[in-house]
Amino acid sequence: MSSISLLIILSLYLALLFFIAHWAEKKANSRWANNPYIYSLSLAVYCTAWTYYGSIGVAATSGLNYLPVYIGPVIIIPAWIIILRKIIRISRLNKISSIADFISLRYGNSRFVGALVTFICLFGILPYIALQLKAIAETFHVVTRTEASSNFLYDTTTYVAIALALFSSYYGTRYVDASEKRKGIVTAVAMESVLKLFFFILVGLYVTFFVFDGFDDIYSKAVQLEDFNKKNTIGGLTQAVNWFFFCLLSLFAIFLLPRQFQMGVIENNRESHIKTAVWLFPLYLLAINIFVYPVAWGGNILFSNTEVNPDTYSLLIPQYFDNQVLTVLVFLGGFSAAISMIVVSSIGLSTMVSNNILIPYGFLGTLKSGEQKENTRRIVNIRKLSIFCLILLSYFIYRAIVLDYDLFSIGLVSFVVIAQLAPSFFGAIFWRRGSQGGAVTGMIIGFMVCTYTLLVPYANGITNISSTFNTEGLYGISLLKPLALFGLDYLTPVPHALFWSLFFNTLAYMAVSVSFKGNYRERNYAEMFVDIDKYITMHENAFIWKGTAYKTDIQKILKRFLGEERTRRALTIFNTKYGVDNNQEMADARLIKFAENLLTGHIGTASAKILISSVVKEEEITLPEVLKILEESKENIIINKKLTETSNELKAITAQLQQANEKLLWKDRQKDEFLDTVTHELRTPITAIKAASEILHDDDDIPDPLKKQFLQNIISESDRLNRLIDKILDLEKFETGKQTIHPAPNNIAATIQKAIEPLQQLIKNKGITVTVQSGSVEAYYDEDRIIQVATNLLSNAIKFCPETNGKIIINIQKADDYVTVAFTDNGKGINQGDMDNIFDKFYQSDNQNIKKPVGSGLGLAISRQIIEHHKGKIWAENCPDGGARILFNLPVKPI
Amino acid sequence: MKKILIVDDEPNIVMSLEYTFKKNNFEVFIARDGQEALDILKVRQPDVIILDIMMPMVDGYATLEQVKLDEKLNNCKVIFLSAKNKESDIEKGLALGADLYMTKPFSIKKLVDQVNHLLHQEADGE
Repeated sequence: MSSISLLIILSLYLALLFFIAHWAEKKANSRWANNPYIYSLSLAVYCTAWTYYGSIGVAATSGLNYLPVYIGPVIIIPAWIIILRKIIRISRLNKISSIADFISLRYGNSRFVGALVTFICLFGILPYIALQLKAIAETFHVVTRTEASSNFLYDTTTYVAIALALFSSYYGTRYVDASEKRKGIVTAVAMESVLKLFFFILVGLYVTFFVFDGFDDIYSKAVQLEDFNKKNTIGGLTQAVNWFFFCLLSLFAIFLLPRQFQMGVIENNRESHIKTAVWLFPLYLLAINIFVYPVAWGGNILFSNTEVNPDTYSLLIPQYFDNQVLTVLVFLGGFSAAISMIVVSSIGLSTMVSNNILIPYGFLGTLKSGEQKENTRRIVNIRKLSIFCLILLSYFIYRAIVLDYDLFSIGLVSFVVIAQLAPSFFGAIFWRRGSQGGAVTGMIIGFMVCTYTLLVPYANGITNISSTFNTEGLYGISLLKPLALFGLDYLTPVPHALFWSLFFNTLAYMAVSVSFKGNYRERNYAEMFVDIDKYITMHENAFIWKGTAYKTDIQKILKRFLGEERTRRALTIFNTKYGVDNNQEMADARLIKFAENLLTGHIGTASAKILISSVVKEEEITLPEVLKILEESKENIIINKKLTETSNELKAITAQLQQANEKLLWKDRQKDEFLDTVTHELRTPITAIKAASEILHDDDDIPDPLKKQFLQNIISESDRLNRLIDKILDLEKFETGKQTIHPAPNNIAATIQKAIEPLQQLIKNKGITVTVQSGSVEAYYDEDRIIQVATNLLSNAIKFCPETNGKIIINIQKADDYVTVAFTDNGKGINQGDMDNIFDKFYQSDNQNIKKPVGSGLGLAISRQIIEHHKGKIWAENCPDGGARILFNLPVKPI
Repeated sequence: MKKILIVDDEPNIVMSLEYTFKKNNFEVFIARDGQEALDILKVRQPDVIILDIMMPMVDGYATLEQVKLDEKLNNCKVIFLSAKNKESDIEKGLALGADLYMTKPFSIKKLVDQVNHLLHQEADGE
């Protein structure tokens, strides 16, 4: 195929991408651009040209070694539900826009840490971008069957790089706030992920089923190749250790690569999308690997005698069989893989370069005095320029250096460099003690070790025997051999470098963190990172700050970046959220943090802090003070959260309390009335006794029969007094649980009869007819007590019977394990309002027409106590035809 | 001979009062509750009424209200004799127009003295 026609196809393809990005930006809120599948697929930016071509190359030359790069992520992805979610929360709340912001904010919002992280990322990623350009260039020449030109003006890659630079700088900087979501880019990347997978599977199917006759065919032919066995054997423990480190490497990469952080964290707009990603993304990795082996060994079989680059087998095979269309499609898949990586990485890196190096170290002064429009334009331009420069820089790296290395090795070197962020990064979210000093020392030492053991040997040429540095070590000291440091000689260069660099990195990070105390700001952020879930709603509360700040000064700064209108709106939100008075003159810690957050997306965390602290006067706080405040604010936040959560509950409880209170007051009144009644009842017999005694004492001429009568009165009134006291004590005993009952088998009908007997005279006097409806029912109870109950109920019934024609029916019935006794009278019934209370001890109906109650109001209360001690129930109801009915039941069997 | 109406639902107390006042030359009428008292008052005009408060059907307060409405009983003295001894009860009783409020248990001698005193005042006033 000619270069021109392929270029036209490429242009059309790029135009399609522009269109998709454009469309998605416009539909940013539709569900097409906003779903967990787009998110999961965009994560597949992980699979670059290195995956697309390089895996085949590795599989063809060294067997299974291409796999660990995918196994590592698959191992850690289930933990995303916890770890990634935590990172996303921290980033969202703090408006973090890059991994450099993330790490530097945690370590005391330090400008230097941010710059260091950016530097490491640049060092790791620029060659990686160069690698993608190399892949595009190489495959372009394979497809067009041309030779690479040394004149860059004739190199297609030059123009591809420029086109990509334009695309990324346009769509990557649509918003001045770098923490905003870039829907266009995300959707385009997701689409490319689908395409690259589709084309890869297409060529896989083609090779397996059209060129060969299925997997078996490829296998049986491949086995006959001379080095098949050697390449496909996992060699013992050393190989296993190597594998382990490769897995670890890729495991770190899935978190730390700027493009993964960009897609997985910054562009995530719903935490719940992670749930889809944890199965879809591993599935994607599996799918894109199925045909790696067949294509690689198919290529080995077909090209066993020719000198070709195995990286390009997927293009060479269809080309070999003259399938132009498939060749171009495969090329487009690889192209997609490369440009997704370039675009996303360059956006991520440019945010870091602008927010962590250029603005805090250079432009901040200018921005501080500029106006909003001007500033926005400046910031966007800085980022555009950064993206442009980064891509061009990668282009030059590609032209100058990378040209000579294969895809796989460059990718791995990148990974090792990026892995230097791992201790500080994971320490940031799990270890409170991790300090800025530790992080900086760790990263620098790790990077140095990595340079010594990997970058320098690679620059010398890894297999270059003439380099004494590589073969004999620094100054000829064999312990310092860069590829076998301290005698560790069984690891291959990449695992070897990873092991030593991470070893020294982690050691330094932990040792320095433990030995030197960090400052209060670090400790403050440590708390906010590690315990992010506690601060999720009112996280500004967790920020500790002491000093003097005027709201107007902060407002002025905000206006320079957000403009008048947005500043006003933001402050209104703040005031509402924390219930702050709009006219308050001084700013508190929460407002400082809030303002920093507003600026962070525009200029990065470090610059935001520098800007805000330039207009406020902060006082030093000691570390113990911070810890104390944190403890308090944590409590406050928990309380706050609970308060908001339960405010409705509280209202309900208040209502309940009010009710209970009313009930208590009412009970209190009832109690007074009860005491009133009881004292009245006690005084009455005393009065009679006193009157009779006084007469007997003063009057000597009382006739004898009368004298006897007075004495009889005294005796009967004394008895009455005694009975009353017994009743009160009885009730008291039941209520305090001192009363015991002595149940025995009894006949309930006989018991009722015993209760009726003493009242016979009274019943006759009032002309009441009493009917007992019952068979004989045996039950288990304390007979004396039940007689007491029956007497009470019967007396009540008699009391409430009408003057004439009074009727009382006593009904005994057995159902299941209970016997129920009902006393029904034909009086005026029980007032509905009293129904619930008549068994209360202090209760005497408010509506009793008869002002003087017969009895003390204790009868029903005592009855209830007795029945409940028998594990029975007592209740009241009104009969449909008037009259009241009081019922109680008793268990038939012993309890 | 002065006439006295004793209204109380406690028969033993009534018995003591009846004996004592008879002995002091009173003509004694007896009622078991307020209703009975009002019935008697339709046909008799006693000089003094001894009135309990806590009684079935019609209590002492209600009885006094009725007594006050009856012009024929304008000169009749009313003494409350009750076990209700709270300030509020006493105030209520006197506010309704009772001449005296005595709490139970009481001294019979004192009661007789008070009754005589009230009747004597009446005589002086005339």
